[in-house]
Amino acid sequence: MITAPKLIVHLALYEGEGSEPLAPPIRFELIRTLLEKGYAVSTIRPGGRVSSPAEGSLIVLGQFTGQTPPQAVGVSGAVQVYFRDIRDLDNPAILLAVEGLCGQAQLPRPGGWKPWFPVIDYDRCTNCMQCLSFCLFDVYGVSVKGKIQVRSENNCKTDCPACSRVCPEVAILFPKYRSGPINGDEINPDDLRREAMKVDISSLLGGDIYQALRDRSEKAKSRFSKERDDDRALKERQRCLAKLQEQMEIPAEVLASLPSIDQIQAKAEQAKARAVEALKLAAASSDA
Amino acid sequence: MSQPARIIYCHCAYAQVVPKAVKEEVLRRLLDSGVAFDAVADLCEMSAKRDPMLKQLVEEPGMKIAACYPRAVRWLFAAAEAPLPAAGTDVLNMRVDTADNVIFALLGDGFKSREAS
Repeated sequence: MITAPKLIVHLALYEGEGSEPLAPPIRFELIRTLLEKGYAVSTIRPGGRVSSPAEGSLIVLGQFTGQTPPQAVGVSGAVQVYFRDIRDLDNPAILLAVEGLCGQAQLPRPGGWKPWFPVIDYDRCTNCMQCLSFCLFDVYGVSVKGKIQVRSENNCKTDCPACSRVCPEVAILFPKYRSGPINGDEINPDDLRREAMKVDISSLLGGDIYQALRDRSEKAKSRFSKERDDDRALKERQRCLAKLQEQMEIPAEVLASLPSIDQIQAKAEQAKARAVEALKLAAASSDA
Repeated sequence: MSQPARIIYCHCAYAQVVPKAVKEEVLRRLLDSGVAFDAVADLCEMSAKRDPMLKQLVEEPGMKIAACYPRAVRWLFAAAEAPLPAAGTDVLNMRVDTADNVIFALLGDGFKSREAS
């Protein structure tokens, strides 16, 4: 993946020396609220060890018994630390204080991402480039060594697991998917057989998928010129799309947002060229 | 009672795939246990954003992660260029396991459920 890191705001609930612990129900509600708002929270208890951010910002919440500075710099010098005394504050007030601090200090807000993107299981991936060739939304790319990568996960269409369906090795996961093995569950021989049936696009469309689309386009043009039967063409297209949708669980919105046939053909040619180039690169890298 | 070196709890905040009752019970009992731990809103988000915390987490051995399928968690870390150590990491699956089993695996048998104690 090539996207630059985007920091998530980290909070710490401090209940060590120099602070008073929260009552258990209040502690649970506070942590749950903060997590559901998208914050990462370390719970600091006497004798325990948690992560400490190496960079960015840390907001430390607690019922402090002594004086704390409102702001400090971590020992590494790369972390800005903010303290907030939460004594006598209820959870909405604490959340408001955290959000206010984020705004005031221009800290990144939680969220702003889409919880749907593919993850490659490189133990299974054979770098065959089928996903690169198949995805019309440029989610996949290749490394300088010709290795397949998830490059633009934001382009991925929510709830569409179609690339994992075409992967012959069941190597593409969508962790938020409802069922296995696409959700990361272990793969058993039945899964492999089932996936193999679903990925057999050749049998589904009678050959290369893009060639099939081109053939359909040609047939449609020919039929239009001879019959001018728009209704029949529309029905045929709907039948084909319904079959794809059913076999590969492609959401209707994704099918509706597909590019035109000419654009698909152009993209297919580009993807094929990229895949060929990537495989050459990968071969050269393994020879070196 | 020995305390685990490092516990990570994922709340899977952006999807409904982990049963709410399980994740909330695990969170509640972790908090009640008195151990220190890191709770994250969503490991998928951290992976997608390549959060540097993931790299920091994998530097230490003996980590226990309460999240979802081990294969998914492993490759989420790898996608963030923070591969999990080949050995010494336990991933507990709150999608399919009970809160009791997850807590037992995280904390040991000193932390029985309210019903059992």
